[in-house]
Amino acid sequence: MSRPIYLDYSATTPVDPRVAKKMVPFLFERFGNPASRSHSFGWDAEEAVESARAQVAQLAGADPKEIVWTSGATESNNLAITGAARFHRDKGRHLITMTTEHKAVLDTMRHLEREGFTVTYLPPQPNGLLDPERFAAAFRPDTVLASVMHVNNEIGVIQDLAAIGGICRARGVLFHVDAAQATGKVAIDLESLPVDLMSFSAHKTYGPKGIGALYVRRKPRVRIEALIHGGGHERGMRSGTLATHQIVGMGEAFRIAREEMAVDHERARALRDKLLAALSALEETYVNGDLEARVPHNLNMSFNFVEGESLMMAMKDVAVSSGSACTSASLEPSYVLRALGRPDELAHSSIRFSVGRFTTEADIDAAAALVTRNVRKLRDLSPLWDMHLEGIDLSKVQWAAH
Amino acid sequence: MAYSDKVLDHYENPRNVGSFDKGDPSVGTGMVGAPACGDVMKLHIKVGEDGVIEEARFKTYGCGSAIASSSLVTEWLRGKTLAEARQIKNTDIAEELALPPVKIHCSVLAEDAIKAAITDYLAKRAAQ
Repeated sequence: MSRPIYLDYSATTPVDPRVAKKMVPFLFERFGNPASRSHSFGWDAEEAVESARAQVAQLAGADPKEIVWTSGATESNNLAITGAARFHRDKGRHLITMTTEHKAVLDTMRHLEREGFTVTYLPPQPNGLLDPERFAAAFRPDTVLASVMHVNNEIGVIQDLAAIGGICRARGVLFHVDAAQATGKVAIDLESLPVDLMSFSAHKTYGPKGIGALYVRRKPRVRIEALIHGGGHERGMRSGTLATHQIVGMGEAFRIAREEMAVDHERARALRDKLLAALSALEETYVNGDLEARVPHNLNMSFNFVEGESLMMAMKDVAVSSGSACTSASLEPSYVLRALGRPDELAHSSIRFSVGRFTTEADIDAAAALVTRNVRKLRDLSPLWDMHLEGIDLSKVQWAAH
Repeated sequence: MAYSDKVLDHYENPRNVGSFDKGDPSVGTGMVGAPACGDVMKLHIKVGEDGVIEEARFKTYGCGSAIASSSLVTEWLRGKTLAEARQIKNTDIAEELALPPVKIHCSVLAEDAIKAAITDYLAKRAAQ
């Protein structure tokens, strides 16, 4: 049996073989604890960790001293938001974020609400982007932190960090950015960007799972309270023995990402454009999220009158994900697509395609053919498609909601 | 999520897809669900003079389990009296297709579609 075509790079990426090769020696020969100061095993591991720290910093235009290792972007988001909010709780207890953030941000915010903080959740514009004016209007005298993601995981739209961060700076409010989906896809220069805290993940950028980092600005110095206490690693911000092999992997992955970003970007764009052109030949398809302010690796499309899970079932040889309720236990369609103000049925009909470093043109051709064939097949089965062909406006029909 | 072989079979080879003439007095239509909820089933039954369902047809917008549930009931309905058809329970459908708990609502929708089609047919007869 041949393996399915992988078009779900936004979920995770395979580890680049060059990365895996770099990691292996640190599991055995070079196994030292980077915190061991008394022998060469420790010194060797420490050197590897610091070299990786520099590689991660370099991709983001940061100073290596501003990088704190974590277990991934979820931990980084928790540490940044909870850590900053708790540290500054006497200054104010109001936080601002967006309804389309990742759950690692939204659930952290919910948790802080239980600790007595108040959170404003701003909806995006219909294209997925945050309206800076609306953002500026959400500030209160007691606002201490705002968190807005760089690249959205479902629809791939890129928020204007310079504009949003500038608004925070002008009000002396900390700005956190979840950049898990951005690394290697868009250039990040923290030296010039008005960002105080930024979360990174390795496994979305051809590194291993289980490792991430948090950027904590030094000038002006950003203070956060630790969530994990222990040996005082990472200048007290995140205790725990460093996972040298994972860190080395993340460093190498980010080095490659920086060096190959331009090439990766052009390849992704060509593949995405090919897929978009093929699928746009079908009637009643809609791209979710802005097509310009967007990473080319992501194509999120709704195929009207076809339910997303049934479409995925039909194309089981292609690995993608859907905003359909049926793919989640909650029976709610994607909250990100709903936040765009699209009708629920378009959220149910959505498929996220995400391409990456190892996607080929042949993959795209095969996927496009499969989608096209099965959308037609499922529309032949769909009473909504019949009604559409008869000219019935489905939004005017009285449905028995269940 | 892994699907049962029966769900896959009905999904890949749906039985009795289509519709009958809605204006035909021997036809009952049941349309249940809502696009916003992710599934809509349309069931047509054609009832003979003897009160026995001669044929059933469906069209469904929904997940694989919803398609399979409606395909299955079109097979079950054929040859049943209206009274027998009313006895089909969602639990029978769920059991036959080995639906997981999160998909039980698909079988509920199929049962609702049967009831709606019978009600529509009887209303048409009464109006004649």
